[in-house]
Amino acid sequence: MAQRSLRPEMRRAAKEAPVGDAIMSARDLSVHYGAFQAVRDVNLSFYENRITALIGPSGCGKSTVLRCMNRMNDLIPIARVSGEVLYHNHNIYGPNIDPVEVRRRIGMVFQKPNPFPKSIYDNVAWGAKINGYRGSMDDLVERSLTQAALWNEVKDKLKDSGLSLSGGQQQRLCIARAIAIQPDVILMDEPASALDPISTLKIEDLMQELTRNYTIVIVTHNMQQAARSSDFTAYFSVGEDRAGYLVEYGPTHEVFTNPKDPKTEDYITGRVG
Amino acid sequence: MSSLPTPKNREAIFTDRLSARKRRGMIFRNVCLAMTIFGVLSLGALLYDTIGSAFTWAAVEEREVRGRVQPNVVQTWSLWEGIYNRDELQRLTAENYPEAEFRFFSWVNINFLTNFPSRFPELSGFRSPLIGSLMVIGITALLSFPIGTGAAIFLEEYGTKGWISRIIETNIANLAGVPSIIYGLLGLTIFVRGAGGLTGGQTVLAGAFTMTLLSLPIIIVAARESIRAVPPSQRQAALALGATRWETTYSHVLPSALPGILTGTILAMSRAIGETAPLITIGALTYVAFDPSGARDIFTVMPIQIFNWVTLPQATFHNLASAGIVVLLSILLTMNGIAIVIRRKTERTW
Ligand SMILES: Nc1ncnc2c1ncn2[C@@H]1O[C@H](COP(=O)(O)OP(=O)(O)O)[C@@H](O)[C@H]1O
Ligand SMILES: [Mg+2]
Repeated sequence: MAQRSLRPEMRRAAKEAPVGDAIMSARDLSVHYGAFQAVRDVNLSFYENRITALIGPSGCGKSTVLRCMNRMNDLIPIARVSGEVLYHNHNIYGPNIDPVEVRRRIGMVFQKPNPFPKSIYDNVAWGAKINGYRGSMDDLVERSLTQAALWNEVKDKLKDSGLSLSGGQQQRLCIARAIAIQPDVILMDEPASALDPISTLKIEDLMQELTRNYTIVIVTHNMQQAARSSDFTAYFSVGEDRAGYLVEYGPTHEVFTNPKDPKTEDYITGRVG
Repeated sequence: MSSLPTPKNREAIFTDRLSARKRRGMIFRNVCLAMTIFGVLSLGALLYDTIGSAFTWAAVEEREVRGRVQPNVVQTWSLWEGIYNRDELQRLTAENYPEAEFRFFSWVNINFLTNFPSRFPELSGFRSPLIGSLMVIGITALLSFPIGTGAAIFLEEYGTKGWISRIIETNIANLAGVPSIIYGLLGLTIFVRGAGGLTGGQTVLAGAFTMTLLSLPIIIVAARESIRAVPPSQRQAALALGATRWETTYSHVLPSALPGILTGTILAMSRAIGETAPLITIGALTYVAFDPSGARDIFTVMPIQIFNWVTLPQATFHNLASAGIVVLLSILLTMNGIAIVIRRKTERTW
């Protein structure tokens, strides 16, 4: 992997720097589950080394949109995607695109921690191994666990089962597992919703650290979390026809302090949802 | 207004219906207890009978057979009879067989395990059926475990959930309940007559192929169930790391499902090891006085030999049959024990 890591003080500078090109964008993205349209015409871009939060009432299609970003929707037989998802200007839904390769570059962390019933070490090492990683596996495991802020807690019990950890630790193990294959983008679907407040804060701090190297997209139903930790916010809502659509998208401070759409304001101030 | 009946007396809220409820609970409990006792008693009776006849008290004379002195059992009494009535039996022996010695005689012994069947009960052994059964079951396990697992993986991990898969699914479940004799007829047609060139006719191999057909539905059903029990979140985790479907199946689904698949296989094998009808149908012998030279040799199996002994008139052959049952049951219990250990060792909470 190209050494992209910046020192902390440089990161702040990077954030204040003008936003670069979008690393991923959705173009007229629509998703159907069978005959039911779950998401309609979403246009949205994710910027490098930034955190984008997807918020909105439940059922508005946040998870669906997120799953489109690394073709995890392929696993749902009735799901049908139309439109484009561009990753570095490749349409990942184009012909002859290998979804396995897409997922290798665009990782995912799930709502419920789902470590493998293997040792902590193997949890981190497995993904790298199948992706043909050559190099010191011990180093990679240590580096990934350190980046996931878990190394100090588990360095003496790497042989223990990943399932022996607490919920918050398990989720950080899943993050370590995701970053061990050095993706560009990490998609997180409500990664803290099953965790206690302390673990939630740890995950949020961790996300800030990770933006040095990764672009993060996070689905959250927690408004404070979106406001605290994201650079961009996309607010989704459900239309008359029950299809989800993007209401408003912009820099987080603008969406939260000066929303353009009254629906966004209602949601953010707690009048809806 | 509440529609639930409430006692008039407030003090009685928690005590009013207690005795009626206890009485009703007691009735259900006792009915279930009676059913349990019935089951335990029938099992007990079976064991009592078999053990009493495999381990006996006997009047034993010495006799010369082929130049060697051999014990000749002239009369036997069951283990239990000898325990309660020893003096009486000793007196009877002394009266009726002055030459004979009264002693404990176990029909399960080294000779029984190492000798071939013979027309002298005391010399007769279980060797060829034991080896025949182990060969048939061994080959059956080697064939049916990978085939069954492969089929289950296809149906669960690759198969689409359309109407074709539903038809296959229903058919496999139904096949598990087809009477075993029908598999015997199938085996006779396909493996003895059809593929006789490959199997060599009425051989261990033809028997093992037939038993594989019989075991497969059971194994496939068990394997599918344990594959389905692996949470989808595990597959998602692996696929999201850029794993292929096969890498996901091989590294995560199979290891988690393996204990269940092995348990199912062992249970299918313990059904197969007791099967008689299909092997008689394909032409397994009832009397084999040699070791099968390989998988393409003729053979017999334990239940056939046991059946053969039971049909003979002499009482001492019935003791041999019981001894055979004891050996067969011991093997079955061992197999089921292994299945339980596997399950215990790998119990997982996700
Ligand atoms: N696997 C699925 N099959 C059918 N419908 C689904 C599936 N997943 C989600 N949906 C439907 O799509 C809509 C959006 O769901 P989802 O993306 O999970 O929303 P959110 O994450 O915002 O709560 C909902 O109406 C939901 O019922
Ligand atoms: Mg969701």
